[in-house]
Formats: sequence, C-alpha cells, structure tokens
Amino acid sequence: MAGLTLYDKLWRNHLVEQRDDGSALIYIDRHLIHEVTSPQAFEGLRLAGRRPWRLGANLAVPDHNVPTSTAERAGGVAGIIDEVSRLQVQTLDDNCLAFDITEIPINDVRQGIVHVVGPEQGATLPGMTVVCGDSHTSTHGALGALAHGIGTSEVEHVLATQCLVQQKMKNMLVRVDGSLLPGVTAKDVALAIIGQIGTAGGTGYAIEFGGDVVRAMSMEGRMTLCNMSIEAGARMGMVAVDATTLEYVRGRTYSPSGELWTAAVEAWSDLHSDDDAEFDRVVTLRGEDIQPQVTWGTSPEMVLPIDGILPDPAQIENPSRREGTRRALEYMGLSPGMAITDIRLDRVFIGSCTNSRIEDLRAAAAVVRGKRVAASVKQALVVPGSGLVKAQAEAEGLDRIFIDAGLEWREPGCSMCLAMNADKLGSGEHCASTSNRNFEGRQGTGGRTHLVSPAMAAAAAIAGHFIDIRSLQETGA
Amino acid sequence: MKSFTVLEGLVAPMDRANVDTDMIIPKQFLKSIKRSGFGPNLFDEMRYLDEGQPGQDNSQRPLNPDFPLNQKRYQGASILLARENFGCGSSREHAPWALEDYGFRCIVAPSFADIFYNNCFKNGILPVVLTPEQVDQLFTELYAEQGYQLKVDLEQQQLQTPEGEVFRFEVDPARKHCLLQGLDDIGVTLESAEAIRSFEQRWRQRSPWLFGVLGQEQR
Repeated sequence: MAGLTLYDKLWRNHLVEQRDDGSALIYIDRHLIHEVTSPQAFEGLRLAGRRPWRLGANLAVPDHNVPTSTAERAGGVAGIIDEVSRLQVQTLDDNCLAFDITEIPINDVRQGIVHVVGPEQGATLPGMTVVCGDSHTSTHGALGALAHGIGTSEVEHVLATQCLVQQKMKNMLVRVDGSLLPGVTAKDVALAIIGQIGTAGGTGYAIEFGGDVVRAMSMEGRMTLCNMSIEAGARMGMVAVDATTLEYVRGRTYSPSGELWTAAVEAWSDLHSDDDAEFDRVVTLRGEDIQPQVTWGTSPEMVLPIDGILPDPAQIENPSRREGTRRALEYMGLSPGMAITDIRLDRVFIGSCTNSRIEDLRAAAAVVRGKRVAASVKQALVVPGSGLVKAQAEAEGLDRIFIDAGLEWREPGCSMCLAMNADKLGSGEHCASTSNRNFEGRQGTGGRTHLVSPAMAAAAAIAGHFIDIRSLQETGA
Repeated sequence: MKSFTVLEGLVAPMDRANVDTDMIIPKQFLKSIKRSGFGPNLFDEMRYLDEGQPGQDNSQRPLNPDFPLNQKRYQGASILLARENFGCGSSREHAPWALEDYGFRCIVAPSFADIFYNNCFKNGILPVVLTPEQVDQLFTELYAEQGYQLKVDLEQQQLQTPEGEVFRFEVDPARKHCLLQGLDDIGVTLESAEAIRSFEQRWRQRSPWLFGVLGQEQR
C-alpha cells in the first residue's frame, strides 16, 4: 500500500466519522472569526438557541472594515466614520462578548489581519485543522496545518458542532526544484504556479508545496505561497513541518511550552508526506526559470514575467480565452503588444494577508530607502499586517524609510486589498498591489490591479511604472 | 433551508468564464449583518451604470441595458446558465445569498469553484455541472429561443431541454440528500454529538497542546 500524503495524515487525524454516502465529519481545532462573515452565523445560533461547542477553539479579530488612517483609528470602534462598517465591527464585539469568545479588539497591539495574527500568536499550529470564513485561510497551511476557507453557514456549523461535513479532496504536489534567482520571491513563485496551472487548476485538490525552493523559504514566504493556493483554485495549500516551522512556532503566546512543547514536536515530526506517498497530480517548476511576475489582466492567471509583452487576442485560438483576454485588456485599458514595463501606476499598495509581514516590509523598505515616490504616483500605502508587525517595523526604523520616501505608513488591517474601508482605487486607476486578487472592481469600482511582490511594488512606486527589481539590485542603487 | 426537488424555470445567461464572487456581489454590500436583501445588488457592477452603495433605493438607479438580467426576455429567470470556474475567489456566502434572493435556484456551468459550490448547497441552490459541449449547446438554444426553459430534476439527476433532450449530471449523495429534504445541516451533525465528544476526548489526550492556553483564558 502506498504511503500517506501530508493531507491524508491531517485528514485521518481529524476524522470523527466516515459516512456511507462518502461524506465525513471532520473535527476542527481552530476557528478564526472576523466581522464580515460571522454576524449571520451568530444570529443563526441565537435563533436556534445554540451555544458554541468549545469556546477555546475560537479566536476573533476585526480586520476587513477597520480604518487604517491613524486619526480615524484613534477613536476605536466608535471612531469609524462609515456607519455600516462601524456597525459590523461593533456587532463582532457584541457577539464575542455575548458568546464569551476571545477577541483581539480593534486597537489592541495584537490586532491585525486574521491570517497574520493566527500564526503570529501561535493560535494556529502545525497539525491543526484551521477554518475561517475567508478564502485566504489557506495561509495557515504553511505551518503544516489543514486550513481552508468556509462560508457563513459553515461558520455557524463549526461554532455549534466543532465539526464540518467534508468530502475528501484529491492530492496535488507542486514541487519547485532548484533555487530562486536574486530578486525573486515567494509571491513570484505563487504567481508563476498560477500562470502555469490556471485559476481553476487546483479545483478539487489539496495542494502540498514541496521541493528545494519551498524548503529554503522562510515561514513568511511559505505563508505567501499557501495564501495564494485559492487563486489557483485549491481551497487548501500546505507545507511539511521542518526545522524552519519549529523555529517559527517556538515561544509564541499560544504555542505549547515545556513538556507540552517536547510532546508536540514529537507528534509534528510525522507531518510530512511519506516517501512512497502517491499524488493524483504532480506539477513541477524550476526555481531558476521564475522571473519577477506582474499580472496584467483581471484574473491571477493573466500573469507575465517582468520582461513580458501583453498578449494579442487575435492570436488566441480558443474562443472563450480569446474573448476573456479581449475583455481583460479592455477593462485594464491596455493594448496587445505593450510591454509590462510600460504600464504606468497611479497608486501602490503594500499590504494584505499575502504580503504584509515583517519580511515583506523589509524587502520594500530596502528598495525605497533614500529615494522618492514618483511624482505621477498619487498614493503609495504601506499597511502592516498586524500591530506587532507595525511595532517591529518601527523598531527597525522602516516607518521612517517609507515616510521619507513619500509612502504613507498606516494602521494594520485588510485595507486596499478589498477596499471595504476608505482605502480604494478610483475608476481607471492602475495599482501595483502586493495583494492576491486582480478581479474587476476588487480594489474599488473600475480600479485596475496588478499583482506583484513587495519589492516590485516598491520599485514601481519609485519609477512610476513597472521595472525589473533586479536592475536596481545589480547597479547597487 | 428550502428543499430542491424539481425545478422548471426560465433561463438567463451569464456568458463569461471565471465569474468571481466580487462580480456576483461587490464588497461594499458585505457590510450588511443580515442574510437577506442582497438580490437587488446581484452582479451590481455589470447591472447598473452607477456605483452602488449599501442602503440605496436601487429602483432609482440607471440600468445597463446590455446586461441580460435587465432585458425583458429574462425577467423571472430561476436558472442561470454560466461558463467555467463560476464563483471563483472569495468564500463570501453573500454570493449564493444574492443569487437566491434574486430568484435563482439552479446554476448550470461546466465547472464551479470549490467553496462557492459548497455554499450553494447550504442555501437551497443546486449547482449543475455539465460538459463544456453541453453548456455550449444550451447557450445556443437559449439565445435562439425567447422564453427558453429547462427542467431540472435532482432526484433523477437529470436536466431536460424544451426539445426533450435529457442530460444527466452528477451530485454527491450526501449533498443531494440534504438538498432534497431541505435539511438543517447542524441538526444532522448534532445527531453525532456522542461521536464528536468521544473523538474530542481522545484527541485531547493525544494532543493536549491543541486545547491549551486560548481555552483556559475563558471566564
């Protein structure tokens, strides 16, 4: 019999009940909650007279709606100017109080984007099942956890039963061999993978990322990679536990310590795919082939290397793809044959659950240090992923580097990734963004998003258009 | 939840691939703390010519005349015919809520994104997967005929065209059962409460660090 994959093991460990109809009851260790997808779930509990099954499994934090300007933030929940946003954040506070759920409130230093906060607090750990009413929950798979997004009905289901009814996914291995060239980051790897398999390539699969490139990545990089699994169609992405994982997890607020740490490390040593495990699909990439990536269209699979030239719909045979390409170019206001480096930017956004961790901010700061944002760029925002990331960055002086270069230094939250707060694009504006989705209207109605790494976004802010980050590094500029 | 057995209804087209949940219901409407009332903002950015805001009187807004749902022939549609990877992107259940609130009970496409597909079943909506060729054929027939209707039978797992042609579709037995009966998922799971408790006890013994500090903080 073939060995087990990491996903098979995590599934097996959490299997409460296998049903005859092919579905299974899976136990959930950690449930993360934010203000957008939870109010209707709490309302459902109330209407049915139900209580949460296990309070200690839940951790809540407001992130999607919170303002990121320091002035508006100073007033806490009551200070949120948008009435509808304020009510939603207030409702989270009220629900957590009423149901006795631990919440990190808006102006607590630990507050931030739920997918940054979870690992940072040690609230998400290797070997866990982790769910949240947010598709980027796949981020936590970087720890060797089974983590995925759920809808609001399932948020209520997990609150009430500590379980989910699931169908087992197929196994996919995405192996990135070799090593990355200088200036190429986890974000570029994620976009290159999506460019190769497409936004529906991972549908129906749980993805495990492996290979030397992934093994050499920091935890921050692995989180960026797993975060984007959903953009490849896979609800969950994961990475096997190794020394890098343990080093990251050790000593965090909710991480085990003492004897429990020793026991946990022993158990976690099994959290990798067996050598003889069989995957339903294997995708391989060579690290050396990956260039810095830029998306040009309205789907993350519409991506090119920095030296790329925009496609011509007339050259595309498949009618659906041809029409999709034509429509995307039209929406983006770009023409076939144009060079990626000729795309001019109106705004720059460095942040989101994909790229707002300390390593991301360091990479961006290194690029803008001693330079100025181009006059043609209306706004360049840096939004740290959490209050603790912000504090760390400030301790390292990164905030001064950004501010001196003309970027805005903000309070933590989801911000312009999905523009539920005041941070958004105007119609027709092009944005170099370190976020995860370039859908039509995602960052503001009519807005045009280009997904890139933090260093590439920072370089674009300085140049006013996309440039190869490596050209800066080579000249030592 | 509403049950789904047999649906005979008017069909409307959504003729583009990779329709994401941001298109189905844009982010500004996610601020609602209610489950209902999303229908008027379904496909908001394509449907209206202005930028929609929560709490607006949508009946006063300028409509995009080119958008199918604004055309007379598709009024009252309950089946949406779509292209591949429908519902990709965010996990927002507001997407199926908006579709259901508008009046759609069935979506037919060559493929769906995983989370959206799952969310449909929680809201009495049946997502039907047909082959790309079958979907192409349905689009051709739909455009050619005013008042084009389909009959969808979940029990039989069959979709029937006006000409009487029958396409069979797959749906997994657990989801089918719940949708046919309109069952409350949570109620069904709680029938296994004993199994959950005994699993939890074993798992706590084996992995006590998963039941640690966060839980103990509770008052």
